[in-house]
Amino acid sequence: MDAAKSDPTSGKDRTTVERKSERELVVTRTFNAPARIVFEAWTRPELLKRWWAPKSFGLSFLSCEADVRTGGVYRFVFGHAASEQPMEFIGRYVEVAPHARLVWTNDEGGEGGAVTTVTFEERGSQTLVVLHDLYPSKEALDDAIASGSTGGFSEAFEQLDELLVTTSTRVGRS
Amino acid sequence: MVQYNMTARLDASFAALSDATRRGVLEQLRGTDASITDLAERFHMTLTGMKKHVGVLEQAGLVATQKVGRVRTCKLGPRRLAEEMAWIEEHRQLWAARFDALDKVVEELKQKEKVDGRSKE
Repeated sequence: MDAAKSDPTSGKDRTTVERKSERELVVTRTFNAPARIVFEAWTRPELLKRWWAPKSFGLSFLSCEADVRTGGVYRFVFGHAASEQPMEFIGRYVEVAPHARLVWTNDEGGEGGAVTTVTFEERGSQTLVVLHDLYPSKEALDDAIASGSTGGFSEAFEQLDELLVTTSTRVGRS
Repeated sequence: MVQYNMTARLDASFAALSDATRRGVLEQLRGTDASITDLAERFHMTLTGMKKHVGVLEQAGLVATQKVGRVRTCKLGPRRLAEEMAWIEEHRQLWAARFDALDKVVEELKQKEKVDGRSKE
């Protein structure tokens, strides 16, 4: 670890996100509890439901189903304050290693979805959680970025196409 | 009139994206940098035609070009990079919000374990 880095337990810097490579995104955070407790909060649906769709982010759970066993599937449906359309997330747990590791697929977008690996590393009385999204290709991660809610290109393309169709039809008529 | 206003509202980047070839060029550059000659060949165009397209994309900040010797190399421009940074920051905010909520759940479980531990043993 880099000692010069800011204190991981203080305020805003506690959660880090980094694009590790063309295909990888890594999120980290340290929790003040043993790994078994943090793991429990990720694997019991009634607990997962309480934090996975944070209200402070404008999200709310409409439905939360998770069969957290190797081979089990999950389906989360969120509502967002700024959107009428609910968002659905589905996938399969590829690996469930108690108190240590979770691996699942993200299949809502068909192919091109990332595989998420979460590790729970106990350090003294704390647990370091590392969440690692591995995309099948650079393009898949770029697409995920481009379709994000911050002015995504795919959406922009669609809106633009619609706009141009309407515009050209009208111009053609006049 | 309405359509005139609508057209006027399209900013440089939307205008740049309104062309299938230019969208193709962005797709191409997403994979790897390329020279104008490469792009012209790939899209079956004249050099002059491709230069025009790249010029429009460059003005919109979607593509950046650099001339080394006689070759002008094109790559994704500052707007795409800014977009990536914005996305990563938004992603971080989502996870920070999640983890703050998770902190509470974890704290509660810890307390519960203490109480249960005492009552069992």
